[in-house]
Amino acid sequence: MTHDFEPQGHVVLDSSDISRALTRLAHEIIERTQGASNLTLMGIPTRGASLATRLGDKISAIQGSPVSVGAIDITMYRDDLRSRPARALLPTTIPPEGIEDRLVILVDDVLFSGRTIRAALDALSEHGRPQLVQLAVLVDRGHRELPIRADYVGKNLPTSRSEKIQVNLVEHDGIDEVRIERES
Amino acid sequence: MKHLLSAADLSYEDAILVLDTAKQLAAATEQGVGKLPPLRGRTVVNLFYEDSTRTRISFEAAAKRLSADVINFSAKGSSVSKGESLKDTALTLEAMGADAVVIRHNSSGAPHRLANAGWISGGVVNAGDGTHEHPTQALLDAFTLRNHLRNGEGDLKGVNVTIVGDVLHSRVARSNVLLLNTLGAKVRLVAPPTLLPYGVEDWDCEVSYDLDASLEGSDAVMMLRVQRERMNAAYFPNAHEYSNRYGLNVTRMNRLSESAVVMHPGPMNRGMEISADVADSQRSVIVEQVANGVSVRMAVLYLILGGSESM
Amino acid sequence: MTSYVIKDVAILDGKSTDIVVKDGVIAEIGKGLTADQTVDGSGCIALPGLVDLHTHLREPGREDAETVLSGSRAAAMGGFTAVHAMANTNPVADTAGVVEQVWRLGQEAGLVDVRPVGAVTMGLEGTALAELGAMADSAAAVRVFSDDGKCVHDAALMRRALEYVKAFDGVVAQHAQEPRLTEGAQMNEGVISGKLGLAGWPAVAEEAIIARDVLLAHHVGSRLHVCHLSTAGSVEIIRWAKSRGINVTAEVTPHHLYFTDDVVESYDPIFKVNPPLRTKADVEAVRAGLADGTINIVATDHAPHPSEDKDCEWTAAAFGMNGLESALSVVYETMVQTGLMNWAAVADRMSVAPAQIGRVSTQGQPIEVGSPANLVIFDPRASQEVDARKTVSASRNTPYAGRTLPGKVVATFYRGKPTVLNGELNA
Repeated sequence: MTHDFEPQGHVVLDSSDISRALTRLAHEIIERTQGASNLTLMGIPTRGASLATRLGDKISAIQGSPVSVGAIDITMYRDDLRSRPARALLPTTIPPEGIEDRLVILVDDVLFSGRTIRAALDALSEHGRPQLVQLAVLVDRGHRELPIRADYVGKNLPTSRSEKIQVNLVEHDGIDEVRIERES
Repeated sequence: MKHLLSAADLSYEDAILVLDTAKQLAAATEQGVGKLPPLRGRTVVNLFYEDSTRTRISFEAAAKRLSADVINFSAKGSSVSKGESLKDTALTLEAMGADAVVIRHNSSGAPHRLANAGWISGGVVNAGDGTHEHPTQALLDAFTLRNHLRNGEGDLKGVNVTIVGDVLHSRVARSNVLLLNTLGAKVRLVAPPTLLPYGVEDWDCEVSYDLDASLEGSDAVMMLRVQRERMNAAYFPNAHEYSNRYGLNVTRMNRLSESAVVMHPGPMNRGMEISADVADSQRSVIVEQVANGVSVRMAVLYLILGGSESM
Repeated sequence: MTSYVIKDVAILDGKSTDIVVKDGVIAEIGKGLTADQTVDGSGCIALPGLVDLHTHLREPGREDAETVLSGSRAAAMGGFTAVHAMANTNPVADTAGVVEQVWRLGQEAGLVDVRPVGAVTMGLEGTALAELGAMADSAAAVRVFSDDGKCVHDAALMRRALEYVKAFDGVVAQHAQEPRLTEGAQMNEGVISGKLGLAGWPAVAEEAIIARDVLLAHHVGSRLHVCHLSTAGSVEIIRWAKSRGINVTAEVTPHHLYFTDDVVESYDPIFKVNPPLRTKADVEAVRAGLADGTINIVATDHAPHPSEDKDCEWTAAAFGMNGLESALSVVYETMVQTGLMNWAAVADRMSVAPAQIGRVSTQGQPIEVGSPANLVIFDPRASQEVDARKTVSASRNTPYAGRTLPGKVVATFYRGKPTVLNGELNA
């Protein structure tokens, strides 16, 4: 779909902005969860899973103890499954501690319509009943279509619907940056 | 993917996609997820013209785990000379709104006809047709091999697979030769000359009449079921001689390399093509093949029915 | 009786001329002729009416597939003026009563000479001779005997049949198929059958019977006709037999000149036929054999089946293809357009020679004044896409459906009467 958009666009967060935002998110999570020992970060593949790993590393470093990190694929729970040919599935990784009675924080790169998060909540419920589920995102761009909000936001980016937010991460794209691209 | 009729329909990318999808679905099962939602509202018909409880149950479990509605249509015996024709059955299924038909038929090519004769609009999955193909069996074999020999990743480049037995009448062998080649494996067929198809020398594989000479260097040995009735048609003198020359016993198994695995699509004739000790040995992955069958069939059904209908 | 003049048509010497047909015979040949009605023959070729030595008309017994009337109409459309109706009807044509019934139905239809073929053995069962002499002596005057669909595989019985029919100048037309080698056979045994998992019909099953039969015919001094020969090896055997002076004739079908076995990869039973479609090497060999006269004739093996016998899975489907309406176009494409044969050879292989083998004295005559007016006017410049729904035969199982074949039968004259005019059936 990227060919629908101009390749140029502008960078709204660079590598150091992203790193700072994640550090801040880590601190906020520790503060709000009061260093809970039953914290589990569940990233939504692809980029949400990488962000969850990074956040987990930061939280561990700050609090000096490891934090449980996993990934939850939402593909089969999407409400638009029938709009395209069958999509490839992505890995779901449940940490050894599981999610039952855990304080689970879902991690994703961009919060937009909220539909991905709804799917993630459904997917999560197949694996157990957490004590509490929260949501952390790197970017909140608005335009919600469901009653969902993030508990932790790296950066609020007001956008128009015709714009596209592109999150690039070193793990997948070779560079850390967030771009806004306008539909041509 | 609209249909799965032959292992030849699968490109390298398709085959890897099926295996990778099966891997994620197997993981979900291992993680205790009993039921996944993607085929909610889809109807899968198991149309079985041959008794094959294990294959039918495998497809049924696969469809149900993906939340499809499953209709089992067992046409026991044959529609060939009496009763309803395949066409009329197909029209009935179409009218009932079948989104996919999983067909097992004693006539080679029946799934192709079902898919291409204009009788139905849904997807068709070949669950074994005559002496032609059984593509999901080949996929589950490849999946099992990949788990054991390639750590569950990528393709099977450089893997040596020896398939032994009644290749002539085996749909499993045909599909495996095609798929294993696609995935980069080297296949060797071992059988008495009477049980090799005419023209096998033009297939993408090696052919040998000598099992003992074929064990060394094999990473996997796949034993095919040999029906005792074949000896009445002079394919071989008797079960004893067959077993002596082409059966896998402990002595032969011990000549395989440490990491090599033993496979069998089932149902086994213990004591005929495979001895009980071998079937129950550490090297045997036969039970695992059955479990993997469900994951692979889930992957196939998901890829055919999990997305938009128009392709 | 209305007279017709076919204007400016090419006859076998290549020259364009007019032909007047009157009172059942060719009355005049020359320039500037006139008659009651005119047929424009410019650009067309005139051939003696085609004679098919191998036709399944299905009546009595399978009137849902074809009748003597519907088959006669299909034959006329294809340019035929005589057909030989095979004996595998129900009841089998193994008595004078049945062959006379078929013969009478042919007379009533009145569109082609319908020459019944008598069964060699009672009920085609291969165990006891049918009443060959009674059929020969009947009004149907049977001269060709065949168990077609089944092979007379008992060597002793075959020997006796070959000997017995000598008494009335008959010929045994053998369907060469060794039964044990072809149990459950579905298609040519080769690379493709192995791949498709369909039981193979090996070439040797045909060749072994032909080899045996030519030796038998030689031994007893009889004439032998080999039906629908399909393999390169069979051509070799016939060529060898003829070089030894053995009195053998052979036929090839249009579909064995046209198709190779790779079409079976579709699993579409429209391509299911016995003997099966063979390899490219076989097709080349039968074409060469037909061109050099080793194979004497083209015979259609027209085998109509109702749609339910073809609209099904491969192994459940019936063997056989329609062939009458497309035969001349297929021979034109495979033999004339390829430069292998000229029109004189076509006239020989499709009219003169089959009439001789079948002992049909009024057919296969040269186009000259006084000959019976059995003629086909063929326009080689035309072409048509074959539409199965538009077949004249009562059945639709043409393997050429959707393909474009060259040429078109513009007119057929049977005993001076046009059965086809302007490319349309005139009956």
